[in-house]
Amino acid sequence: MSNDHKTDIATTGIVEGDIVEFPLPPHHHRLTDTDPRAARRAERQVSTMFILSGLCIIAFIAAYIAIPETSYLNLGPAGTIQTSNFMLGLTFGLATLLIGIAAIHWAKKLMSDEEIVDYRHPVGSPQEDRDAAKAAFDAGVAESGFVERKMVRRTLLGALALFPLPLIVLLKDMGPLPGDSLRHTIWRKGSRIVIDVTGQPLRPEDMQVGSLVSASPADLKAIQEADGDQNARAKASIILVRMKPSDIVSEQGEGWSWNGILAFSKICTHVGCPIALYQQRTHHLLCPCHQSTFDLADSGKVVFGPAARAMPQLPITVDSEGFLVAQSDFQQPVGPSFWERA
Amino acid sequence: MTSTSVRRNKATGLVVLLAGLVITGVGYAAVTSTAEASVAMYSQTQIDQGKQLFQQGCATCHGLAAQGSSEGPSLIGVGAAAVNFQVATGRMPMAQPANQAPRKVPVYNDDQIAALAAYVASLGPGPAVPSDEDLNTTDANLAEGGVLFRTNCAQCHNFAGHGGALSNGKYAPSLMNATPRQMYEAMLTGPQNMPVFNDKTLPPAEKRAILKYINELQTAPSPGGLALGSLGPVTEGIFIWTAGLGALLAVAVWIGAKVR
Repeated sequence: MSNDHKTDIATTGIVEGDIVEFPLPPHHHRLTDTDPRAARRAERQVSTMFILSGLCIIAFIAAYIAIPETSYLNLGPAGTIQTSNFMLGLTFGLATLLIGIAAIHWAKKLMSDEEIVDYRHPVGSPQEDRDAAKAAFDAGVAESGFVERKMVRRTLLGALALFPLPLIVLLKDMGPLPGDSLRHTIWRKGSRIVIDVTGQPLRPEDMQVGSLVSASPADLKAIQEADGDQNARAKASIILVRMKPSDIVSEQGEGWSWNGILAFSKICTHVGCPIALYQQRTHHLLCPCHQSTFDLADSGKVVFGPAARAMPQLPITVDSEGFLVAQSDFQQPVGPSFWERA
Repeated sequence: MTSTSVRRNKATGLVVLLAGLVITGVGYAAVTSTAEASVAMYSQTQIDQGKQLFQQGCATCHGLAAQGSSEGPSLIGVGAAAVNFQVATGRMPMAQPANQAPRKVPVYNDDQIAALAAYVASLGPGPAVPSDEDLNTTDANLAEGGVLFRTNCAQCHNFAGHGGALSNGKYAPSLMNATPRQMYEAMLTGPQNMPVFNDKTLPPAEKRAILKYINELQTAPSPGGLALGSLGPVTEGIFIWTAGLGALLAVAVWIGAKVR
């Protein structure tokens, strides 16, 4: 399309083939284009904002040097805030904002606002370029003998097919594969149950109805240090709760609790958040991540939420010295499901 | 069951109750300071007054003899600490049966609360109202309190003690306005759906460490200003998606507006 064609469309509008071109509305000049005093006023406004921005930067430096970090400012309902933080943020934010506002104001009021029509070019290459490219490609195929020399072609394809194999071999070696480690924790027959953080062993009479204790195996620290394996803790964390034995509807195994004391994994079976939001009157255990809810009085079954499996129960008993111990490891994998899990 | 055996049961109960009171009272006085004993010991007048108040204000749900009903649990053996916590924080009496008993302005004054506590404490042995000595956190370990808080409390009460949601409309309340005595009582007695953290699983020294840490949370200044409930990404996200994006939209509209 030619240049004089463009002016025609801009002023009158024409129909060309199937395309209807609409004219632009007539251009109205702004006040700053027609009134020099308005233009000067806009110029002063922009400059003032640039100067204010500069002053804010100086105020920022002054605030940084002068305001002690012990000073606090009361902002009413928004609470209190460190004065230094507040002033630094305010001055630097204003400095940035004023430059931005000034630039936009400048562009809107003073820079040229004449409409310009800029036509799009056709996307495709000209036909002669396409023909030339096709001819060059065909000549290359003919000269290389790719079609006639079958042996070369087939061996090349074979070589390319083998090419990605090292990648697969290397990726497979990123292991070692977890083996059966997902199915076991460090709980053993006779592992003593100790309170988390304090490491204090527990007797059944230490817990009363309604009690909740976050616990781990007594030998956790030694095992972690020997193996250099932090996963042991993640998998072995449990909670102990005590309820009236008459409140227990069902358990995952016969004789797995001790006088109303039940031990469950602390790791949600959905995606593995640690949970201890135990509601002692409903016996519900709520996961804060996705609201899966387990009924600990009824085999830890899921009563709400996305978890698909009951919370695994740890069989417990009391040893000869009267301390709570595990009867065995968990009888099923703890934590979220995995592909190989039956 | 004949009327004679019922009468005999009542008499036995009274004897056991009196014996229990005398033994606990004398035992407590023997092992504790006088300041503590004044908290733990109640006069018969208080017990009688408490019984009267109980039958007027509490018996509808908890039963005439505090034995419990379908509307409310038995209060035998819950101790003075439970009464002081529930009534002094206004949670009891509840306005109506509901999943959550919210904190509100207490209905009873201090003397009435003490009388109610005296009556319930007289029904069976239970945790006493903690003394000032129990709540003295001078020697408590702040860092240990933080670890214990995050292990035992933060799951429900939020890492900053601002509380959080539970199931079926229940929630764990914010600890920002709770007093040390109320929190100590809550740990001892497990009010509503809160589990019990009795002295065997969480010894008094550890409770005091937790109280010291919560006091730190309550009094620590907020250098960043607006905490938005300390709920993490939820409130912060809502704030930036509405206020932040709203401001950007307003600027975009201004940039695109026609100049006259």
